[in-house]
Amino acid sequence: MADLEEFRASVRSWLEANAPKSLRGKMRDPAAAFWGGKKTKLPYPDSKPWLDMMAERGWTIPFWPKEYGGGGLSKEETKVLNEELARLELPPPLTGFGITMIGPTILQYGTEEQKKLYIPQIIKGEIRWCQGYSEPNAGSDLANIQTKAVVDGDDYIVNGQKIWTSFGDLSDWIFMLVRTNWEVKKQAGITFLLADMESKGVEVRPIKLISGASPFCEVFFEDVRVPRHQILNRENGGWEVARALLGHERTMIANTFGGRQSSTETKENPMEAAAKKYIGLQDGKIADDAIRQRMAQNQIDEQSFLLTVQRNSDNIKAGHRPGPETSIFKVYGTELNQRRQELMLSIFGPECLGWEGDGFEKNELDLPKVWLRSRGNTLEGGSSEIQLNIIAKQVLGLPD
Amino acid sequence: MELVLNEEQTMLAQTVKNFITDNSPINRMRQLRDDKDMLGYSKDIWKQMADLGWTAILFSEADGGLELGMAETVLVTEEMGRNLAPEPYISSIVLAGQALAKGGSKELREQWLGSVIAGDAVLTVAYQEKGGRYDITKIKTTAAKTADGYVINGEKVQVTDGYGADAMIVSARTSGNDGDADGITLFLVPRDAAGMTVTRQWRLDSRNVALVAFKDVKVSEANIVGTVDKGGQLLGQVIDLATVALCGEMLGGMNFAFNHMLAYMKERVQFNVPIGSFQALKHRAAKMYMEVELSRSVVMAAARAVDEENAGKELFISTAKARCSDAYIAVTNEAVQILGGNGMTDEENIGFYMKRARVAEMTFGDATYHKDRFATLKGY
Repeated sequence: MADLEEFRASVRSWLEANAPKSLRGKMRDPAAAFWGGKKTKLPYPDSKPWLDMMAERGWTIPFWPKEYGGGGLSKEETKVLNEELARLELPPPLTGFGITMIGPTILQYGTEEQKKLYIPQIIKGEIRWCQGYSEPNAGSDLANIQTKAVVDGDDYIVNGQKIWTSFGDLSDWIFMLVRTNWEVKKQAGITFLLADMESKGVEVRPIKLISGASPFCEVFFEDVRVPRHQILNRENGGWEVARALLGHERTMIANTFGGRQSSTETKENPMEAAAKKYIGLQDGKIADDAIRQRMAQNQIDEQSFLLTVQRNSDNIKAGHRPGPETSIFKVYGTELNQRRQELMLSIFGPECLGWEGDGFEKNELDLPKVWLRSRGNTLEGGSSEIQLNIIAKQVLGLPD
Repeated sequence: MELVLNEEQTMLAQTVKNFITDNSPINRMRQLRDDKDMLGYSKDIWKQMADLGWTAILFSEADGGLELGMAETVLVTEEMGRNLAPEPYISSIVLAGQALAKGGSKELREQWLGSVIAGDAVLTVAYQEKGGRYDITKIKTTAAKTADGYVINGEKVQVTDGYGADAMIVSARTSGNDGDADGITLFLVPRDAAGMTVTRQWRLDSRNVALVAFKDVKVSEANIVGTVDKGGQLLGQVIDLATVALCGEMLGGMNFAFNHMLAYMKERVQFNVPIGSFQALKHRAAKMYMEVELSRSVVMAAARAVDEENAGKELFISTAKARCSDAYIAVTNEAVQILGGNGMTDEENIGFYMKRARVAEMTFGDATYHKDRFATLKGY
């Protein structure tokens, strides 16, 4: 305990002396998130020095092993560091798929050489990663991927196409699933490959959505050479790696939801404010009773959901295993958000129909895009139908 | 609040579950209905429940209780709800018992609470009137002041466990107009009061409810529970507690219905495969599973919000009742559909749950009522 307090004191004085003053207070500023890599725009001028000074101590991912450039901190020390960062309201120095997805997977499946090569670059934020999973004919049926990798000397020659690759245009490297065997059950012929996006034959095209510009891209591979040592796990052993990585991704999604607060606080929320503005009150009540009932239903649903997230984390804190209720987070959380956006449209009324130009306020022009984008929530990261299949099979034990 | 059971609560839940499994199979409910049993529950089993200490949970040590809370109460009602055990827990312990504990004079508490906790006396609250829907202030029953007390006239309907009750706490208007929050007073009226007639009513859930008529029923001032003209507020408080207890029961009932449906999906073979292999049914089952899980969270939270005197406890209570009302109905509707023709037969037990879900929905306010209350509390 005395050691921990000593550690806290040293962290505090170091942060006080070195953390950029311009970033203090920006802990919850979404614009302060820095994704690293060579193509990403700096959020703030001090974002780079902040990343560098933290990376030097391994504190971008403080609990990763020291031998690969991590902080090597214990759980308790990591908690202290986070508390001290929060004390100055500092934003995390680095975010992205390197930290949340491929990093933990390389630590789990990588060779010693791979760990020594990639983990320090992830920690220093030198590589920004994107995820090459989905293909035009492999969405919900992910194992159906057709992008092929054929051995040629020390390389694979990769041909095919990925789609829905988030930030493909801003990433330096891609972790991807390729087919290396056509003779076996489709899951057994997949290999997990790491590839440099600068390789000859890689082409990236951004995708425009119904909501407008998006971070999604198509990535095309034409005779792209990828060194054979850049596979994770063995050849044809990629499906296992892909599933492990999805587990890391789900933890990240659950953490995102877990950070939200229950809605019994009396503070007025944006939905209530919008209803008062666009519909108005009559005898102290929203003048449209049908909408008022929908608002209450939506808030009750949200509170029920957040309480279920809390029940899950309280269970884990109490030393129990995560309960099956975890499986409902993705499907219920995304559908709840869709209902919320639809209700917001009803509340705004005709003022929500603007796309651009005069006669609409900024939030009025934003809303239809937020609503349209929310329709993708139940598709990306495993569609609602796939999530319901998972609940039916893994939680309820229903037969195939 | 922490939404997790502690060791004592886990043990209590297990004890209740074991007792209900061994002593109160669903068939008991069926038998009581077939026999047209006037009491609608078993005095013997009620006594055993009291001996196990369940009836003491909510009362203070001074009143002879265990001084536990709603978090424990909902564990009892959940297990009772799972097998539709019809004993008068919510009426005698939560509604009337808590009204007396909170508002009864020392004499009234000493006279009644010991035998209520022991399971020897059954009390209830008579508050509902025809046409009043869920508004407890819309009552036509009056209590007029006389030289030596009050005289009550009026009629109450669907008084839970009112038939055979040893006494009931009656809401009557002592001042103001229909719909006023103030001006309601609660009176404890013993069963032998002259001018009170109790008639058994038969509802779709077959439980004990009664039509209670008051014709010039004299009560003394000593029988006032709470304060004159402020009885509506006390009644609102105990109905809130009873609502949470009822949500516990509903959670148990929907759990049974869901598991029953799930078991059937694995057994029933059509087109040479278990019907549970059909995706159209799998997805419906998964959605019902979500409703049950969400319901569990809101019931636990509402109970804890009450125990912790949370400033937003009414929001938690309305969240729980709105959710459980909709979920119990949705799950039982789906269960009957998936059980097919079997689900429509009286021989299948699922019908008892479908009927009980409707009654529970419309007890202490339905989902629409609680959404309205939620919105009002939120200031919109």
